Amino acid sequence: MFHAKIVVTLRKSILDPQGKAVEHGIHSLGYKNAKNVRIGKFVEMKVEASSKQEAERIVQEACQKLLANPVMEDFTFTLEEVHAQKAHV
Amino acid sequence: MSKLKVGIVVFPGSNRDHDAQYAMESVMKLETRLIWHKEGSVGDVDAVILPGGFSYGDYLRCGAIARFSPIMTDVVRFAKSGGIVMGICNGFQILAEAGLLPGVLLRNESLKFVCDFINLRVENNQTRFSSQCNQGDVLRVLIAHGDGNYFAEPDTVKRLEDNRQIVFRYCDERGNVTKESSPNGSINNIAGIINEQGNVLGMMPHPENAVEPVMGSSDGRKIFESLVESFVYHSLSA
Repeated sequence: MFHAKIVVTLRKSILDPQGKAVEHGIHSLGYKNAKNVRIGKFVEMKVEASSKQEAERIVQEACQKLLANPVMEDFTFTLEEVHAQKAHV
Repeated sequence: MSKLKVGIVVFPGSNRDHDAQYAMESVMKLETRLIWHKEGSVGDVDAVILPGGFSYGDYLRCGAIARFSPIMTDVVRFAKSGGIVMGICNGFQILAEAGLLPGVLLRNESLKFVCDFINLRVENNQTRFSSQCNQGDVLRVLIAHGDGNYFAEPDTVKRLEDNRQIVFRYCDERGNVTKESSPNGSINNIAGIINEQGNVLGMMPHPENAVEPVMGSSDGRKIFESLVESFVYHSLSA
């Protein structure tokens, strides 16, 4: 059993008006040195697989087919092996 | 020619499905069939409409989950075999996610959900969706979306421009395409595009909500009249 943590972000070339709005909010709080705020998505899931390679392939495919749209988004993920009895925790 | 039959796909969260049905049936006098997204086939329809709404609550990305609804396999088959498919608003987003149309609809530049009348300029009247308009006509129709900001890579946009696949652009009431007349920040003011084969249209505005004077405009009718006319033309030339 593997625990996947996936981060989906807007591609660098795409304007992120949401990030701009949030950046404005952060500046209003007085943190003027915060910049380049970008909003993304975080997805986590458990993957049953016999090997890390298999888990990687599954997550990679799920990202390419559904979790990210390559026209506007990039994704990265990490995999961590977890013991089955701890999986529900 | 027998009555045209239009299939309207109903996803969980569709909300303009009955508006589309009303426009097709009561106004255009066509036959319609509502197709639940779990059905496996569009059946014997002549055209398919993917209506507006918020399929699957717009979770993840607009249209991203609906695109994997069971019916979509057959909608893709129908489109690839030349069948007429029209995606309105959320339907456009679904077509883009399904890869039947290039590009993607991003969050509106203003971050605001915009529900208002806008003006569309007819950029190409040589399509099955616009033949009853004059080139350059200005249509007054409604929009209601938060994610209508069309984006595609520069080479894709160039291809759309070169092939005249951009059917409608946002403009002011005199037909000038200006930055200010775009309600969402779409690249090149793109409001509606067709695929290369010309049988799949995606548009963010709602022509089905502008088909009678009581709705504030009947301009949307021209789009559906074009659709009907194209079947007459195709059946004559076949």
